[in-house]
Amino acid sequence: MALKSTRRSAKVLAALATVSLGLAACGGSDDGGSTDAGKDSGATKIDCAPYKTFGDLKGKTVTVYTTIVAPEDGPHIASYKPFEDCTGVKIKYEGSREMEAQISVRVKGGNAPDIAYLPQPGLLKTLVATGKVIPAPPETEANVDKNMPDWKTYGTVDGKFYAAPLGANVKSYVWYSPTAFKDKGYEVPKTWDDLLKLTDKIATDNPDAKPWCAGIESGDATGWPATDWVEDVMLRTAGPEVYDKWVAHEIPFNDPAVATALAEVGKILKNPKYVNGGQGDVKTIASTSFQDAGLPILDGSCYMHRQASFYSANFPKGTKVAEDGDVWAFYLPAKDESTKPVLGAGEVTAAFRDAPEVKAFQTYLSSTEWATERAKTCGTGGCLTANINVDPELLKNPIDNLSAKTLTDKSATFRFDGSDLMPGAVGAGTFWKGMVNWITGQDDKATLDYIENSWPKS
Amino acid sequence: MSTLQPAATPESVSDEVIAPRTKVKKPKKSAAGDAAGALNSRWASFVAVVIAVLWTTPTVGLLVTSFRSQIDINKSGWWNAFANPGAFTLDNYRQALEPGSSASFTQYFINTIVITVPAVLLPIFLASLAAYAFAWMPFPGRNVLFVAVFALQIVPLQIALIPLLDIYTNKLGFGASYWSVWISHTIFALPLATFLIHNFMRELPGELMEAARVDGAGHVTIFFKILLPLLTPAIAAFGIFQFLWVWNDLLVSLIFLGGTPEVAPVTVRVAELAGTRGSAWYLLSAGAFISMIVPVIVFLALQRFFVRGLLAGGLKG
Repeated sequence: MALKSTRRSAKVLAALATVSLGLAACGGSDDGGSTDAGKDSGATKIDCAPYKTFGDLKGKTVTVYTTIVAPEDGPHIASYKPFEDCTGVKIKYEGSREMEAQISVRVKGGNAPDIAYLPQPGLLKTLVATGKVIPAPPETEANVDKNMPDWKTYGTVDGKFYAAPLGANVKSYVWYSPTAFKDKGYEVPKTWDDLLKLTDKIATDNPDAKPWCAGIESGDATGWPATDWVEDVMLRTAGPEVYDKWVAHEIPFNDPAVATALAEVGKILKNPKYVNGGQGDVKTIASTSFQDAGLPILDGSCYMHRQASFYSANFPKGTKVAEDGDVWAFYLPAKDESTKPVLGAGEVTAAFRDAPEVKAFQTYLSSTEWATERAKTCGTGGCLTANINVDPELLKNPIDNLSAKTLTDKSATFRFDGSDLMPGAVGAGTFWKGMVNWITGQDDKATLDYIENSWPKS
Repeated sequence: MSTLQPAATPESVSDEVIAPRTKVKKPKKSAAGDAAGALNSRWASFVAVVIAVLWTTPTVGLLVTSFRSQIDINKSGWWNAFANPGAFTLDNYRQALEPGSSASFTQYFINTIVITVPAVLLPIFLASLAAYAFAWMPFPGRNVLFVAVFALQIVPLQIALIPLLDIYTNKLGFGASYWSVWISHTIFALPLATFLIHNFMRELPGELMEAARVDGAGHVTIFFKILLPLLTPAIAAFGIFQFLWVWNDLLVSLIFLGGTPEVAPVTVRVAELAGTRGSAWYLLSAGAFISMIVPVIVFLALQRFFVRGLLAGGLKG
């Protein structure tokens, strides 16, 4: 029996080996079919002088840990090329969708990357509390002062500057179909009241479609698109100053100002006449994934969808995202045309190793050279940076281009996504959960009280 | 007491207090007989088939979905796909297999195999040695120790992640390397492996070993020449179990190894398939089936052992 089994396991092993080899062959033959955007473009020559001050860095390695994975990581890696050519430093890139959870584990376990792209300033605060984050070098700080002065505060914890802002996105957009608007004679609204009027008009004109579609399902983070709604409207009904107080908890979460904003959001999201295009009733908002929520615009069962600039990646291949295309976005209008609050978000770059090559790379990432290279090697879009000194025309992707103009608009007042700045327990916890309960039937007061009570006491 | 008396399992320790062994064994046997009789009825077969169909349907749905285009998946349920068989496409598979920005699927498959093979063999080897000691070598505190080992099974591995990572990086100095993953998987697998193999080993007749003893064999000879060949079903059963667990593992490798294409296993690639903001979710079903191929083959090849080995711990006689 023993002999027999041995032979059998040998057979199994052989089968295993064959299969894996076969698969290997399959995978291999696919090579060369696709080329990554940016990889082919010859690296731009940049001025290497700023990095000479860090000494001879040849042969050193810097590890980068981000939330950005394939296929979007290719253009990122390509944008490091000029720095690598200048200094001889090798950048080792690692992207993971689980990064936000992983980074804390790695930092606590003593296995932190050299540099991490943190998608939330709130997370930076948590990590700084572990004592493992290295403050940014003066060279980086000088770059930030020059290129992204308004954003500096998002990389600052308790008065100390740690992390330079990096990528950016604009959230105050309403996606719509230019063709549908043209056919029906609808105008892009200029004020909040116009928007509500248009909403009502669409609802009356089109009994079998809905003016709005929304979806807030997003796995562990279910609820976040609704928090963006509240933040965006809060900026419009209460203004940026009150918004800042609200985010910093200088006014309570159930303050009348917040209640007004939530009621305003409710006028759209909780009105069964206005939502949920292509999906069903109000409650389907909670169960529709945010990736799918805006797609009904394409088949005409929905007219408008409020979502950030990065939503353009969710439209199926072949959809033309442009002013004269299948879908496009307009700025979510403010009270009147004199103010222009813009809600957005982005990453900051925290360093965990005190070494000249890491400092040099931090400095490169905060430079206009990098932001320009990023715009040039941009693949499928999403290459907007927080840097205001980059020529917006370099961003070929239409929505990136629009976002760059929105961000650098002189009349625009930028505010960072509030839930990313609030303590994790609220911003990545009860605010999300509260909004889900609100969508599925809880009233305004109960929702705000619930979130207020969950705010950490200390 | 002879050296070769079988060790008492936790269950039989309490049994012996209440009643002598022989008395306990008898009703058990007939209970098993009753169960076998009941399971042979036509109704039981019918229920089994219904459960099997219900259980398999989602997988079939996933398989069908993996051959549909993104727009079709969005528009209608997978069961509608058969109305228009011309719409089936291999695009999802093509896209999933397409090399990412820096590595092809092949690289990830090789990484998974490099992780899996030692992470399966190591615990089997260590656990069978431990099981031998627990089953056939009397030493003081044996029962307590055995219960303690098995009790470790209850401790969730998640609470050990950070301390382990700290030890690997700061005390042992091999940080994110294959060693960390192999050792971690071994640690997490040992309690169950020891328990399973121990229970199987204890069922072997003591006369075998006594005879070997008389012929002058020591523990080492007995273990390698006599026990190991007899243990094949139990080892194979646990082997499949551990193989599937390691093959499908994402958490342990993400934490101890990281997600760089040079070392990351297939599961990391599949988790990342959907893209940064999940816009390519429609590739996931195809990715799942690609990563499933090897485990399915291993399972089908070894499943006879699997059933036999699982029963080894349960029904006696």
